[in-house]
Amino acid sequence: MTAAVEAVDVRRSYQLDGLAVEALRGVSLRIDPGEHVAVIGPSGSGKSTLMHLLGCLDRPTSGTLLVGGRDVSTMTDAELAELRNRTIGFVFQSFQLLGRTSALDNVGLPLVYRGNRKAERRQRAAAALEAVGLGHRLGHLPGQLSGGEQQRVAIARALVTEPSVLLADEPTGNLDTRSGAEVMRLLARLNADRGVAVVVVTHDPEVAAMTRRRIGVRDGLVEYDRPEVAG
Amino acid sequence: MRAGEAFRVALDALRANRLRSALTMLGVVIGVAAVVILVALGSGAKQEVEDQVEGLGSNIIIVVPGKFEFGSAPSVSRLTLDDVDLLGRVVGDRDRVAVSVASGETVNVGRRESFVTVNGVNESVPNVFNRPLARGDYITATDVDTRRRVVVLGSSVVRRLFRDVDPLGRQLSIAGVRFRVIGVFAKVGSTFGVDRDAEVHIPVTAAQRLFGVDRIDALAVKAPTADSVAALQPKLVAALADRYEGEEFSAVTQTQILGTIGRILGLLTLVLSAIAAISLLVGGVGVSNIMLVSVRERTREIGLRKALGARQRDILLQFLIEAVLLCVVGGLLGIGVGVGSSYLVAALSPLPAVIAWWSPVVAFGVSAAVGIFFGVAPARRAGRLDPVVALRSE
Repeated sequence: MTAAVEAVDVRRSYQLDGLAVEALRGVSLRIDPGEHVAVIGPSGSGKSTLMHLLGCLDRPTSGTLLVGGRDVSTMTDAELAELRNRTIGFVFQSFQLLGRTSALDNVGLPLVYRGNRKAERRQRAAAALEAVGLGHRLGHLPGQLSGGEQQRVAIARALVTEPSVLLADEPTGNLDTRSGAEVMRLLARLNADRGVAVVVVTHDPEVAAMTRRRIGVRDGLVEYDRPEVAG
Repeated sequence: MRAGEAFRVALDALRANRLRSALTMLGVVIGVAAVVILVALGSGAKQEVEDQVEGLGSNIIIVVPGKFEFGSAPSVSRLTLDDVDLLGRVVGDRDRVAVSVASGETVNVGRRESFVTVNGVNESVPNVFNRPLARGDYITATDVDTRRRVVVLGSSVVRRLFRDVDPLGRQLSIAGVRFRVIGVFAKVGSTFGVDRDAEVHIPVTAAQRLFGVDRIDALAVKAPTADSVAALQPKLVAALADRYEGEEFSAVTQTQILGTIGRILGLLTLVLSAIAAISLLVGGVGVSNIMLVSVRERTREIGLRKALGARQRDILLQFLIEAVLLCVVGGLLGIGVGVGSSYLVAALSPLPAVIAWWSPVVAFGVSAAVGIFFGVAPARRAGRLDPVVALRSE
């Protein structure tokens, strides 16, 4: 089976004021289609950098990164953009919805870059919103929705392209406990029902506990990688 | 991304900041309007002068002493009435040679007086120039030969001195000498607010005595055909140079006068439009500035769009269309304002204005080009943003 995402000895360093800072110092991991994973680590551990790499928003300084079996290092920016559009769905801590745009059109946004027509975009966006339980909020603007609802709109937007991997960066970070738990349950359900691999990046062990596999990251290295204890 | 979609997104962004978009557009509106108005005034001036020169008649050659140049001091004329015969022999017809000796004089009827151009002429003027009479007769060869004190009046002179009274056969004084009115010119109108009907013609012989001179200022020859103008020109000069040794004479045609005036007014129009173009440039800088602000404000949106699959090209297109839209809409409004103001100026002031077909077209093209030129830098900046950095920005 081809891995959904696979990293082999991936390193990423930044130049900060002339100093090279290594955010990732040789990470290898493999995420298969349909997996439900948490990447857990304290701030500064390199987990955000890892998420950006897995999401093709960035390229590794060295090492091999395969997304859907394709080597990211050989791809152009435009090819990466298309890869993101087709295979990755993003969910951000701060939702990142366009404020003056309805829930329906927010969800349809990724399809704009696929060249889909408006009617098709709206139809698919409506179906995605239905799937996250917001079928009654299509015309609402983000400001008219609660935090939990906004994050569900963002999840619908990540799903609308039918990606193979859904990357969620601290998806519960801006939510109260109840909404956060709801969002995590939704992600788990989508993972189970649709077979989309879900990768949740978090610093919160309680959130991580709601996934089936946990990858601990610390100081730019994978500290541990363990499946849920059976039973 | 489809182009239509990019257009819709750009339009949405402009609508989101209505006041800002309107003010940015205003810079372009003013720039384009200024260019359109000044080009219209320049073309209007040129058109009016050309109409006037062409309205004189056709195939006319003006012969003057000295060099014919705009801005050069007029030479003292040594031409006399005998030169009519000389040039008449060159042309082959004495009736094709008109003369002029002119001076500004006060004319009065009773207590009403007026300052007009008094032009001493011979009977050939109607053969050479297109100057129709409204009433009465023109000066005859006998009037010239016998130095008869008769006068033909311009229409505004009639209005000022005689009001509603029929002037034919009545007397008026020119510089204190009495003349009898024998004719009235048809109305010509005014150019740049200067009344061209404030003129009277009297026999050249009477004029010379009145002004106390025996010279004439200039001769005008009507060539028999348009083709003969060029050949005739040097012959006229040569004949005069033969008679007056060591003197210089010039013969200029209407085409040459038009060419000279055209060059001067063309240059004037160019300078004016260049000044107006500076304001368009400033408007363009305003667009560029506001687009940079817009890119900065929407950095996170750009990051998001890139994360969702927008390519550099898609983002660039979105912002470029936004800038071009500002300029093109501003340009169209500017053309409207410019054309409207030009007609208003033409209607309410003595300045003529002519909207050449090309001026709005060029203005539109230039404003679109300004949009592209000043939109590219901010749009490229937007397109090149690193999505990771962009998503993190606040």
